[in-house]
Amino acid sequence: MSILVDENTRLLIQGLGRDGSFQASKTLEYGTNVVAAVHPGREGTTFENKVPYFSSVEKAVQKTSANTGVIFVPAPFAMDAIIEQVDAGIHLIVCITEGVPVLDMIKIMSYIENKPVRLIGSNCPGLLTPSTKTKVGIIPGNIVKPGNIGVVSRSGTLTYEAIAQLVQNGFGQSTCVGIGGDPVHGTTFTDVLQMFESDNETEAIVLIGEIGGTREQLAAEYIKKHVTKPVVSYIAGQTAPPGKRMGHAGAIITGKAALASEKNTALSNAGVHVVESPSDIGLRMKEVMR
Amino acid sequence: MNIHEYQAKELFEKYNISTPKGYVTDNAEEVESIISKLNGKAVIKAQVHAGGRGKVGGVKLVNSPDEGKTIAKNLLGSNLVTHQTNKSGVPIEKLLIAQTLDIKKELYVSILIDGDLASPVFIASTEGGMDIEEVAETQPEKIFRIKCDPLIGLTPYLARDLSYKLNIPESSIKQSTNLFMNLYKLFIENDCSLVEINPLIITNNDEIIALDAKVNIEDDSLFRHKELEKLYDPNQLDPLEERAISANLAYVKLDGGEVGCMVNGAGLAMATMDITKKAGANPANFLDIGGSADQNGIEEAFKIITDDSEVKIILVNLFAGIARSDVVAKGIIKAAKETNSSLPIVVTMRGTNADEGLDLLKNSNLNITTASDLFEAAKFLTEILPNLGA
Repeated sequence: MSILVDENTRLLIQGLGRDGSFQASKTLEYGTNVVAAVHPGREGTTFENKVPYFSSVEKAVQKTSANTGVIFVPAPFAMDAIIEQVDAGIHLIVCITEGVPVLDMIKIMSYIENKPVRLIGSNCPGLLTPSTKTKVGIIPGNIVKPGNIGVVSRSGTLTYEAIAQLVQNGFGQSTCVGIGGDPVHGTTFTDVLQMFESDNETEAIVLIGEIGGTREQLAAEYIKKHVTKPVVSYIAGQTAPPGKRMGHAGAIITGKAALASEKNTALSNAGVHVVESPSDIGLRMKEVMR
Repeated sequence: MNIHEYQAKELFEKYNISTPKGYVTDNAEEVESIISKLNGKAVIKAQVHAGGRGKVGGVKLVNSPDEGKTIAKNLLGSNLVTHQTNKSGVPIEKLLIAQTLDIKKELYVSILIDGDLASPVFIASTEGGMDIEEVAETQPEKIFRIKCDPLIGLTPYLARDLSYKLNIPESSIKQSTNLFMNLYKLFIENDCSLVEINPLIITNNDEIIALDAKVNIEDDSLFRHKELEKLYDPNQLDPLEERAISANLAYVKLDGGEVGCMVNGAGLAMATMDITKKAGANPANFLDIGGSADQNGIEEAFKIITDDSEVKIILVNLFAGIARSDVVAKGIIKAAKETNSSLPIVVTMRGTNADEGLDLLKNSNLNITTASDLFEAAKFLTEILPNLGA
């Protein structure tokens, strides 16, 4: 078991420009089941002599039964790509693209409401299940290890940092999920926590948050009520000044609730093992799991 | 992206939102004749990208053309320091000279995106002209919020309801309803991240006028607003932050820090600042070099850090997924040689080509200390810093 992606994942990759092609290569190299590539104008050819190209998602799904899609198209075209995947019946859509206009994201969220589809991102590193070698996105395959810790995070490279610390302390991961750093994003902490709680393979959870918004507080409320597994958390940006956007569009302190200290208090009150130093994530997990 | 008040008001006029009669100038000599045209009385407003202008002398009421000229001379060319700026403030290069109006009532309205609700939210209050966060704290019942459906938008009935909640006189309800609808249209059509009118006034003649105007355009949408992109005013930014934007780097200068941070990824960059602080030092900046920075980008990033005179030591924290460690190392070495920088550098490099990157740095004659992880990097910081007189 794992969550969201596993041996049944049939992956479609959309947008194979410079970055998309590089990541597609890494995904194949890692051993993920990539069944289709979508890039207009390339139908009839293959990517690296392995994956057939299609000019539309609909055709790709008809021919290959792809069930999971990952998007690397540039930001101005990301909304169109997501809607195309929704319309073609893809069940899990992962949008890696950074810089999607927020007004596009809110339209997308409205469009997918009540449809049988899950969106992760945009502006996220995607997800990875080590035990089945299923990589959907850009999390490097060489840093993860199969195991029993679920990782959920708003960040990219900080997620890699957390994974590295887990491995260093002898812990592998069930699934790693990067939900993204934009203020409006599909799958939330709460969604992923719910899945980790009911996943047999997951024994404990690492939650990496950031300043901005109140999603960590919502996660804390959920944990208090529904999560029985131990959770270790770290919130980045304790030293960030108010009113300044720290790279991610969502990482900006606009009110008291957006502060790292407020989020830490909420998580701590929910029984979460909160670490204040990012270098303590792995060590704390070791203490908790002893 | 911020734009100036006078530019926001020009945008308002395009959407039939009334603003006080006013003129923009960068010349104090012109102020006399402008004030004469406004019947000898006016308000002079410094055009800067920062809130809190009024409290520090950036907004002045003047009662004669002569007085106006004197005040304009003092303001133009000076820097305004408000609670929203850093300690050096922002330059005043233009003034808005506007007519004064009789005010019967001051209101507050704004529109922004609520990320958690995934929709635009219209916010209004009967308590205009005040700090809205303070009103939210002390009199939350006086603030009204409307969630707008992303696909339908603000509907006239909601705008009308809001007008009644704000106790707008019956004879002006149609006017205010139209204004709210137009403001929403402006927000959507220009991909704003914020529009704010504080105060929106009702005059003695029951006219509704935007006395102030604040408009922020969402950075990620600028590609489809070439005409708005021209309003970008680099002079309102910290010079180092301005250079970072030109080089496509996410950089925020922090006052009073001595540890220059160079990191890939926003979350890891914040974490690096946090661990610096935990180690008893102060981060001088947030810097995310991103995943696709080339060697030139890395060089400029290094130079931006070292051109900050407060920086005494550099902490490089790289976890390369898309980025390549050897490219980062080459950029650092080249930039350090060009700038003759002898600052000590603590480095952790992991991920793609990390060994190649570390080898390049170790063989470079730079003052490098390599750490295997964040924990060790923090330890080295605390060991090296006291020797630097920091």
